[in-house]
Amino acid sequence: MSFIEYVLTRPFAGSDNGLWYLLMAFSVALPCSLLGCFLLLRRMALIGDAISHSVLPGIVFAFLLVKDLSSPWLLIGAALSGLFVTVLIELIHTKTRVKQDAAIGISFTTLFALGVLMVSVFVGKQTDLDIDCVISGEMTHIIYYDSVSLFGKEVPEPLLISYGVTALTLIFLLIFFRVLTLSSFDAGLMASFGVNPKVVHYLLMAVLSLVVVTSFQAVGAILVIALLIIPAASAYLCTHRLKVMLLLAAAHAALSSIAAMYIYVSFNCSISSAMVVAGLGLFCLAWLFGPVDGLIWKWKRRYLLAETYDLADRDG
Amino acid sequence: MSTALETHDLTVTYDKKPVLYGIDLEIPQGQLVGIIGPNGAGKSTFIKSVMGVLPVTGGWVKVFGEPLAKNITRVGYVPQRGSVDWDFPVTVMDVALQGTYGKLGMFRRVGKKERKIASEALDKVGMLDYAKRQIGNLSGGQQQRVFLARAIAQDCDLYFMDEPFVGVDAATESAIITLLQEMRAKGKTVVVVHHDLQTAPEYFDMLMLLNMRLVAFGPTSEVFTKEILQKTYGGKLTILSEIATEAAKNDLTKTHSKTP
Repeated sequence: MSFIEYVLTRPFAGSDNGLWYLLMAFSVALPCSLLGCFLLLRRMALIGDAISHSVLPGIVFAFLLVKDLSSPWLLIGAALSGLFVTVLIELIHTKTRVKQDAAIGISFTTLFALGVLMVSVFVGKQTDLDIDCVISGEMTHIIYYDSVSLFGKEVPEPLLISYGVTALTLIFLLIFFRVLTLSSFDAGLMASFGVNPKVVHYLLMAVLSLVVVTSFQAVGAILVIALLIIPAASAYLCTHRLKVMLLLAAAHAALSSIAAMYIYVSFNCSISSAMVVAGLGLFCLAWLFGPVDGLIWKWKRRYLLAETYDLADRDG
Repeated sequence: MSTALETHDLTVTYDKKPVLYGIDLEIPQGQLVGIIGPNGAGKSTFIKSVMGVLPVTGGWVKVFGEPLAKNITRVGYVPQRGSVDWDFPVTVMDVALQGTYGKLGMFRRVGKKERKIASEALDKVGMLDYAKRQIGNLSGGQQQRVFLARAIAQDCDLYFMDEPFVGVDAATESAIITLLQEMRAKGKTVVVVHHDLQTAPEYFDMLMLLNMRLVAFGPTSEVFTKEILQKTYGGKLTILSEIATEAAKNDLTKTHSKTP
């Protein structure tokens, strides 16, 4: 076996599991990175944080009703409580003098605390719903779920659900691209066209809740924020065009998922954490070498400028 | 002359505090109208509420004799330049194209026709050479020109502009006023929030003096007077007396020149 072959197959040697983990990582990272672009541009980066933490009481509540961790009701309950927190934030900051950042701080922490309370009081240690999983998720658990036969392979169910949500997100972004762009750039103009920016806001929040909820199990409540913001921020540093920014963010999602697999097989660590660390590495590269305003070009410009002035000094 | 904009008892409140009370107004077509008044007088609020960007608490608005929703594509809004993020990853062309979305809708594809409209609009404000630039690299005056190009691309009959002269260079200011005059020549009506009392009588056919209530509305020569300005601004403006003398002079010259 050649070295290249060894490198390429290393994460997938032995069983199909490596492939499932990679596909799962990508299907979580992709919709997050695309939605993250719009969050970043709308200066709502921390809304993802709020939603991801507030889904917990929804999940627990739904679990208490149906007593089944793989029930789709958990997704629905979680998405509803994610949407609920965005309404709560709007309510606090429009109806009181408290500003939006404080409103976010109040809303999600309280809902998260409520969720933690509910886990410890009603759920206990009998299930997967423990606090570790809530914080960083556990990608490798997807193989313990039921699987569906597809193309002669047993595909884990969570993977299919995740790709369903990814497809939905892509369709949403394709259809609403103009609406999202215009409402992010100039909500006033959009309102003057007779389209209510509030409706667009809640539509985006609904899709975001769904995405955050499906990624909850794989990456947890905290790391999902990194998946929303880091690809978007890296892409933002590299381009001045929105469509290019979305493509770059998607590429970032793919690259960090692949990199995470190598980190995982080398150290047998949490895949989600590896993905975030790899993502940050890519962000640093964008920061240094980004074609638009990478540090390297700034340094080079400053050096050239200094040289020119030096020469001018000597001449004069 | 038919009416471009009519408001009746228009009232807007913010957090239960009234910002605008009972504005009754009829703006005839083909006029350049300036809205002037002190800070916090509700100038921006007035145009935002008329455009449906802010909710109206009471009263009604009619545009060309019908509710706004019926004529929404005939009305254009140019927000304050500072209200958008100029680091946003869009090009000058993208912004000009936004003007065509009013008629095109939010889902249909941009075609050759729209690109032509946007290019012509950019050409008109002297920004076509910058079409592919990201908007963050523009000067204040250039940004305002791009906003105007977007307004031209909207091709409306009635425009509301929020402080288009703020922070622009002299060349842009005169370019804007020429543009507004061209619009008027085509029978369009333009309502402009304006903060500079020095230039107000020179630029506008009619003035709307606002301080939470409508203090006065009428042809500039009739309403740009010492008493009305004092009523609008109260005693707090120190340059007011200066302006008032200007106004008085204006009055004199106007009465002289207008006598047949």
